Amino acid sequence: MKLKKTIAFRNLAGKPVRTMALILLTALLSLILLGGTLMVSSLRKGLHSLEDRLGADIMVVPYEATTKSELKNIVLQGNTGYFYMDKSRAEKVLSRDGIGQASEQFFLASTSSGCCSIPVQIIGFEPETDFTISPWIRKSYSKDLQDLDIVVGNDLNAFVGDTLTFYGLDCHVASKLDKTGTSFDTAVFTNENTIKMLIQSSLDKNMNDFANISPDGVVSCILINTAEGFTTEEVVNDINIHVKKVKAIQTKEMISGISDSLSGVSDIITILMVAVWVLGLIILLLAFTMSVNERKKEFAVLRVIGASRQKLAGIVMQEALLTGFVGSLVGVVVSLLVIVPFNTLIEEQMNLPFLLPEVGNIAGYAVITVLVSVVSCAVAVTFSAFRISRIDTSLILRGE
Amino acid sequence: MILQAQQIRKEFIRESRGTNCFQAVQETNLTLSGGTLTILMGRSGSGKSTLLNMLAGLLEPTSGKILLDGTDLYGLPDKELSRLRNQKIGVIPQGQTALHSLNVLENILLPCTLYGETVENSAVMELLERLEIAGLQTAMPSELSGGELRRMAIARALIRKPDILLADEPTSDLDDVNTAVVFNILKQFASEGKSVFVVTHENDAGKYADRLFHMDGGILRTGDESGNC
Ligand SMILES: Nc1ncnc2c1ncn2[C@@H]1O[C@H](COP(=O)(O)OP(=O)(O)OP(=O)(O)O)[C@@H](O)[C@H]1O
Ligand SMILES: [Mg+2]
Repeated sequence: MKLKKTIAFRNLAGKPVRTMALILLTALLSLILLGGTLMVSSLRKGLHSLEDRLGADIMVVPYEATTKSELKNIVLQGNTGYFYMDKSRAEKVLSRDGIGQASEQFFLASTSSGCCSIPVQIIGFEPETDFTISPWIRKSYSKDLQDLDIVVGNDLNAFVGDTLTFYGLDCHVASKLDKTGTSFDTAVFTNENTIKMLIQSSLDKNMNDFANISPDGVVSCILINTAEGFTTEEVVNDINIHVKKVKAIQTKEMISGISDSLSGVSDIITILMVAVWVLGLIILLLAFTMSVNERKKEFAVLRVIGASRQKLAGIVMQEALLTGFVGSLVGVVVSLLVIVPFNTLIEEQMNLPFLLPEVGNIAGYAVITVLVSVVSCAVAVTFSAFRISRIDTSLILRGE
Repeated sequence: MILQAQQIRKEFIRESRGTNCFQAVQETNLTLSGGTLTILMGRSGSGKSTLLNMLAGLLEPTSGKILLDGTDLYGLPDKELSRLRNQKIGVIPQGQTALHSLNVLENILLPCTLYGETVENSAVMELLERLEIAGLQTAMPSELSGGELRRMAIARALIRKPDILLADEPTSDLDDVNTAVVFNILKQFASEGKSVFVVTHENDAGKYADRLFHMDGGILRTGDESGNC
């Protein structure tokens, strides 16, 4: 039988206002379910991405960087900034026990003045020792970076083949990174040589706050993985006690603030989702019950002309499944249209790492949302369907 | 086809003369056979609709059996009883019984569409013309007069060409002209071999009847008021 000819469909079409209200209600429920799920999973993924990007157990920076809380701003919030420590400090750090992998990094911030194309955070790494940035660049660019080659973050308005100028030096965009949902999306990466040239150029132009440094004699930070047999805590304490003017920080600690606020936000979203769902289910239950009650007589008539009890229940169930299906599709489409195109805006507004799940996962969540919504409608209508299948036809028909 | 009521009785739970049981229909025997128009009259509350509903397979008697060509209706599972009612028993219930989201034709075809079956167009048209509602096919029930709605309900009860037709006060809200139209139609169907059973308040309905019964306080009497039949 064609859908359009089924009694359930005709019943729904015959009461457009009530049907629309039911569809909107299920749409709202599935919108909230999918929207909430996408938010929570994007935040989780953002945090994982951030952990991966940091990719080291310990970060050692000059002491002043921590007091100004500049470091956190640069690494976590996407602010631009830079600081340097003497290379001798770095060597002292590297001579301590318990150090496994270690690699130095160099920071520089470009400005919005004439010498630079865009104001961004520039991060330089040592190609020979680097273990945090290269693996990730390799995903989108398999060759080694040449001098004056740069890799740009996903949110920057620059593309492969473009030339960006920093402190008068023309840099060639070799690759653009995949989205990370973190502050790295607005940063530029380059090798040690290039960043030293850039630092020198900024010094030459008197545009570097650290006027008295030589690019070859400084580093901005050291990333360290703890060697086997040592705990991260031990190594951090050892460095902080024995090397002056630097501060070793556990990266886990650095992002603990973020993971705290993230789990706070996730909890709030989850609680809201549950609350709205409980409320929505109650409303659905009432709405279905009312809509069926109101038409008791019509169901009695169906029974008189030969509909079995099972068939009556089936019609009621079909109505609910149809509204549930259409409503949840609407909700899913709307929430995808809101979250997917505006995810960058959401990230900026929340100030938390935010990375949308893979397309396949989003599709999976969408399908699950539709299923859950349809099943919820079925559950909400079960009581009514059961009741209508038990109606006493003779009693209802005499009630004129 | 023969519809037989064997010693059926209906009690309702209700405070009545010291007991909790109220006898809506006392023990009754009744046989409806093809080709006759049986009319049942009686005061309001005497148990007419209760009897009709039991005959229609819609209300299980407290005791006794309803046999359709020997098949005990209430011995069947609901699914089979429903199917049987759909095919063999046309019921015109008391009051307005249109489905308001369907138009007139869809309402009439409902007994067929319910089981995914189709009827020949010519047969439908013939029925509609006989009931003089052929021009109303696409109208919605809310646009119809009481008489038209009633004829629509009759058409719906007849669309599957049932052998048994049970009508509960089919003319209660009609004027004299329409009442005559409806009774003539029912009479015609009876003369075509169907068993037609009509509950009515119309005083002059007796003239259409092949058999006439009165119901009085749950007791069924023949037209001349001389005991059970
Ligand atoms: N489901 C029920 N529960 C309790 N009492 C009922 C039920 N159905 C009918 N009755 C009672 O049984 C009696 C007979 O009812 P019934 O509907 O058969 O009367 P009727 O002869 O059809 O009356 P009317 O001419 O007004 O339609 C009435 O007193 C009614 O109150
Ligand atoms: Mg009655």
